[in-house]
Amino acid sequence: MPSSFKHTLFIVLLLLAVFAVLPGVYQNHLLLFNFVIFLILAQGVNIIYGFTGYLPFGYVGFFGAGAYGFAIMVMHFQAPAALAVIVGGLVGVALGLLLTPLLRLSGAYFAIANLAASLAVLHFVANPALENITRGPYGVSLTGTFNPTLAYAAALVVLALTLGAVVYLKNSRFGLALQAVREDAVSASMAGVDVVRMRVIAWLASALVAGLAGGVYAWYLSVFYPDNVFSGDFSIFAIVFALFGGVATICGPIVGVIILYGIYNLIGFTTPQYFQLIYGLLIMGLVLFLPAGLVSLATRRGWHVP
Amino acid sequence: MIYALVAGVLFGLYFSLVGIGLNLVFGVMRIVNLAHGDFLMLGAFVAFGVVTMVGIDPLFAVPLAFVIFLLVGLLLYWVLVPRLQGSVNPEMLSIILFFGLSQVIEAVMTIFFGTSERSIQSRALGTVFSTIKVKLFGGKPDSGGPIQIFGQGFPASWVIAAITSLIAIALVYLYLYRTRLGTLTRAVMSRRDEAFATGIDVDRVSAAAFGVGLGLAAVAGIFAPFMFGSVTPAFGADATVTSFAIVVLGSLGNPLGTALGGVVYGVCYMLVQTYLSSWADLLPYVLLIFILLLRPSGLLGRRVRVA
Repeated sequence: MPSSFKHTLFIVLLLLAVFAVLPGVYQNHLLLFNFVIFLILAQGVNIIYGFTGYLPFGYVGFFGAGAYGFAIMVMHFQAPAALAVIVGGLVGVALGLLLTPLLRLSGAYFAIANLAASLAVLHFVANPALENITRGPYGVSLTGTFNPTLAYAAALVVLALTLGAVVYLKNSRFGLALQAVREDAVSASMAGVDVVRMRVIAWLASALVAGLAGGVYAWYLSVFYPDNVFSGDFSIFAIVFALFGGVATICGPIVGVIILYGIYNLIGFTTPQYFQLIYGLLIMGLVLFLPAGLVSLATRRGWHVP
Repeated sequence: MIYALVAGVLFGLYFSLVGIGLNLVFGVMRIVNLAHGDFLMLGAFVAFGVVTMVGIDPLFAVPLAFVIFLLVGLLLYWVLVPRLQGSVNPEMLSIILFFGLSQVIEAVMTIFFGTSERSIQSRALGTVFSTIKVKLFGGKPDSGGPIQIFGQGFPASWVIAAITSLIAIALVYLYLYRTRLGTLTRAVMSRRDEAFATGIDVDRVSAAAFGVGLGLAAVAGIFAPFMFGSVTPAFGADATVTSFAIVVLGSLGNPLGTALGGVVYGVCYMLVQTYLSSWADLLPYVLLIFILLLRPSGLLGRRVRVA
């Protein structure tokens, strides 16, 4: 049995099955939906950070752009929701294309420029001068397409797509080439890897995923403000979840989301500042003692983690 | 117009003080201190402490805050950085590590002080000057009214903050270019491994730079309540992004570059706010991206940051 098939069967299908069944058992559907969204975003961060080493500190830019792509399609073109979600994904890709020059920057500069880009998109969308296109800072309300059940199903489809992409990266020559570029771009290009093309493809794939997630999120919420969908928490949560589990693996981000977002929901709502304290300490401990994430506990013992 | 320009320069000088600590830390250690803004916020709280508990001019908080945070910086350095430098990708991980630190600081401050906005009467700043004036020259104590520059009135606190910033930047310049430790610091900035190979105690130099950087952030924080009106524990994150814009505008490892970056930023900010206020929020980010892409080394810099 090839390993890609095994991964699909045991991780992807299992996870999807669990999240498809849970709404029937567990009443808090919004919470489950948020879990799915963060699984998508953490895997999206995994695609770009885990496999290419670019830290997308403004990842939420694509997410928010996707949400607004969805909203504009529905508000101005009365598009059906599924089509609008796809357009949301395309808006994410378009923003990704616009930002490809940022890939020329290295290390922290990329992270900071990306953060600035996401804030620029936020202030652009929230600008009162564009009120008749984006409704500016006053938020959008899309009651016509409101359908949480379908939106949840769509989120699962996007999650399946994303996980499929990560399984592909983990098991293909393309993914190996990307990791080679991450480790040493010069040697990789010597070995015949088209560095720029590889990076751009991974970058756009990651943007597409976030855009689709944004579209689905807009569909599910149907009423939101720019500050909701461009909240920096999305980028940071996604990055921390992915890192906590361990990037460049399939399981890592999933484990990270389930553990950390679980803790967040247990204590985050009642006492946010204590959560913030624990969360900050967790992050610091993670970086200092487990920089390769939870999965490194297993890999250090020589176990193979997909 | 003149008002916007002068206010821009005053704010700009202050912004350079905000950015300069970050510049030192990033330049010397290649570590992104995302908690920079939170140290600013802590500095502001030192100022509150001095004003409310002792009731003296917050200017006295300047040396106090600097020394406290210098020591805090040295301590933090020894706890955090050696482990971080040993990891695979310290530059990226530092972003996340210091994000965690900023969360911790913010949470602790919220637990102890709540989320309410705090401000200090702007009259409190600079009372020491009027007291001295009264003692030496007699006359009435003036109540810190506006200071006249080019026929326009500006709050005295802005001018005092700008002057303090100038002094601080001059001191940093002297430290870097006129002392032995400063020369070593610049050596580490330009080539860390070569500096290590020549026998420079890189850890000691970096620790000093980290301490000075945090101390400067805290000093900048003392003036934050006067420049921005009020301060909450959550104020740190915005301040960090602004500081980055300024540091990148100037250039790494050059205090004069940061001063220039701060002034350019301040003037642009004031001009846009005066003439195109709905787009003013967009400015720092767009400016930051364009500078990074078009002139990756900053206004006064060497080329270091192209992938």
